[in-house]
Amino acid sequence: MSVLRFWIEHRQELATLFAQHVFLVAVSTTIAVLIGVPLGIFASRRPRLAAPFVAIANIAQTVPSLAMFGFLLPVPLIGGVGARAALAVLILYGLLPIVRSTIVGITGIDRSIKEAGVGMGMTPRELLRQIELPLALPSIVAGIRVAAVVGVGSATIAAAIGAGGLGQYIYRGLSMVDSSVILAGAIPAALLALGVDGGLLWLERRLSPRRGRKSRRAAEAVALSLIGLLLAGSAVLSARASSSIVVGSKNFTEQLILGEIVAQTIERETGLKVERRLNLGGTLICDRALLSGDIDVYVEYTGTALTAIFHQQPSNDPRAVTEKVRELYAGTGRTLLAPLGYDNTFAILVRGADARARGLRTIDDAAKVTPEWKAGFGYEFLERPDGYKGLAKTYGLTFRAPPQVMDLTLSYRALASGQVDLIAGDATAGLIKALDLFQLADNRRYFPPYDAVPVAHASTLLRYPQVRRALERLAGRITAADMREMNNAADTRRENPADIARSFLDRRQ
Amino acid sequence: MSGIEFRGVCFGRNGRPRILDDFSLAVGAGEVVALVGASGAGKTTVLKLVNRLLLPGAGDVRVQDKDTREWDPIRLRRSVGYVIQEIGLFPHLTVADNIAVVPRLERWSDDRVAARVRELLALMDLDPDTYANRWPDELSGGQRQRVGVARALAIDPPVLLLDEPFGALDPVTRRQLQSEFRRIQARLRKSVLLVTHDMGEAMMLGDRVGVMDDGRLIWCGPPRAIAECDDPRVRRFVDAATPPMPTGTESP
Repeated sequence: MSVLRFWIEHRQELATLFAQHVFLVAVSTTIAVLIGVPLGIFASRRPRLAAPFVAIANIAQTVPSLAMFGFLLPVPLIGGVGARAALAVLILYGLLPIVRSTIVGITGIDRSIKEAGVGMGMTPRELLRQIELPLALPSIVAGIRVAAVVGVGSATIAAAIGAGGLGQYIYRGLSMVDSSVILAGAIPAALLALGVDGGLLWLERRLSPRRGRKSRRAAEAVALSLIGLLLAGSAVLSARASSSIVVGSKNFTEQLILGEIVAQTIERETGLKVERRLNLGGTLICDRALLSGDIDVYVEYTGTALTAIFHQQPSNDPRAVTEKVRELYAGTGRTLLAPLGYDNTFAILVRGADARARGLRTIDDAAKVTPEWKAGFGYEFLERPDGYKGLAKTYGLTFRAPPQVMDLTLSYRALASGQVDLIAGDATAGLIKALDLFQLADNRRYFPPYDAVPVAHASTLLRYPQVRRALERLAGRITAADMREMNNAADTRRENPADIARSFLDRRQ
Repeated sequence: MSGIEFRGVCFGRNGRPRILDDFSLAVGAGEVVALVGASGAGKTTVLKLVNRLLLPGAGDVRVQDKDTREWDPIRLRRSVGYVIQEIGLFPHLTVADNIAVVPRLERWSDDRVAARVRELLALMDLDPDTYANRWPDELSGGQRQRVGVARALAIDPPVLLLDEPFGALDPVTRRQLQSEFRRIQARLRKSVLLVTHDMGEAMMLGDRVGVMDDGRLIWCGPPRAIAECDDPRVRRFVDAATPPMPTGTESP
């Protein structure tokens, strides 16, 4: 029911995301057909080439799609973030089934049939068009069907690089730990996959050789006009507004709200058009997108920039870290603006009940009881230089078992429900309050500062100095309490990040 | 004028250098020559040299007094009707569309194509109204064979190649088609080169019979003369021949 309500409330956005999704799949599948079928025909003529072709396509297929997006980020022309890179990946995935089914379809034709055609005086072109393609068509369409259905699934991941589509709801739902938002994206995606599968199955049957010329012509006409309509319609709906400021964000609640705050501030103060490319899949993707100019501004945390982006040793002095990061950004054509005012450091969290029962206040207190506890950490926390290893060393932490790897946002629920006893969350997480969790004090000052600061592409600020002035107005305006409250509004009261940002900015004015 | 002429043709491939060895034969206009030989004797190669699916390694093959090397292969193949052993009807086309393939490639008008299809079906003793819109897999073996021949005759080529045309049929259907072939040939007078492994069929259909062994033509002459040949390689075929036809006149 809550899914239905979500759809009704977000019907316009849903339509756009659905159109973007259809656009991604339709364009990528069409291009994959335009490349894959001729490639398959070519390979079927040269049996020695066919095997390596299929092998290469096979390898491309086995690369996980998120990894593929990662590989393509720095590639010029097709790389970066946005629909272009997503299309490149989806085309690569679509090629394999299409090339393979074309090869199978053509080489599977009875030799005697081809020989009869050649013996009758058909040119290679006539043989291809009148005999080979019609007989291979059901097989080719079956391959296109596989490609399109796989495409619908893979396109959900495209949201990680800001290409839009129904994956946005899935990612948003994951970061909000709201299964109804996940379903709001997953259900239409599944229906779309079923629809595409059914539609192409129908087409496959209509195109079978047993049908007369006429009905095949009709099916071809229906298919072509449908593809044309889809391309045109979805292109219009998902077209990127030109000459606008692009605001990015990472893929968790706080970042979505900050993205909205930044976007709305620019809109209010400058009147420039702002495009939102929120919910990008992580620090690395945001950083690359900013570097390549695919986004103009997003909010980064000083400690994260220092260690994860610039690979420097962590440091505990907030002011020194901010200056160091500003310098490093300036060296790569980017500008660190004024800090927003709060420090989103890691928070070592336990259940409030445990903290009260055992009188735990600091991480030192907890270190005495952790040998009988289980811990759950996000993979990022386990890997980063200012993460788990250093923490365990500094406080002498040991656990009953090696820490469990889990999604950061899921770990709050895992802690509250008793699956684990200690997690590393964000200090500003709204769920801390909502789930009655307790943040242990970092009494040995292990964690470096994570001041939230907008980072912008320097050339954008030069071109639009008003953007800089607008964002400077946010300096020191957001406290940790503000942020925790806004996160709570999104995570537990299910308010829309855009609305939360709007009411926050209204109150500040 | 001769329909087909082979002059000292050699043909080989890597691994089998002597598939045809100094092969010479002429098929006159309106004549039927039936080649007999064991499998691997090079019979199908002989046919493929005629419509330039293969080119000779040495010697010439001439079709209508023109070397196949000088022919445009597409024009040549459209001037030579070719019925392969497996017939090779196009499964995605109806009987009528199968027969109409070459006329349509030649850009005949729709009316002319339709009239020709009906004419050929009638010639092959297939009722046009019943069979024109059938699919190949709805036909019996004998009917498929007739459609294959009709398709080869579609634009009335002067030369016809038949590769084991009745090989896959039951004896009764086979006899029936053989006599029909004689009836049709009496009307159409094509230059026909026919390949079979059955001496009885060769003697019934051929104006002349050629016997092939290991890439060579070892005997060639009218069917009645073959009885007098005492080459053991030829006798082997004669002795294994199907018994004489009850209605046959040429058979000894």
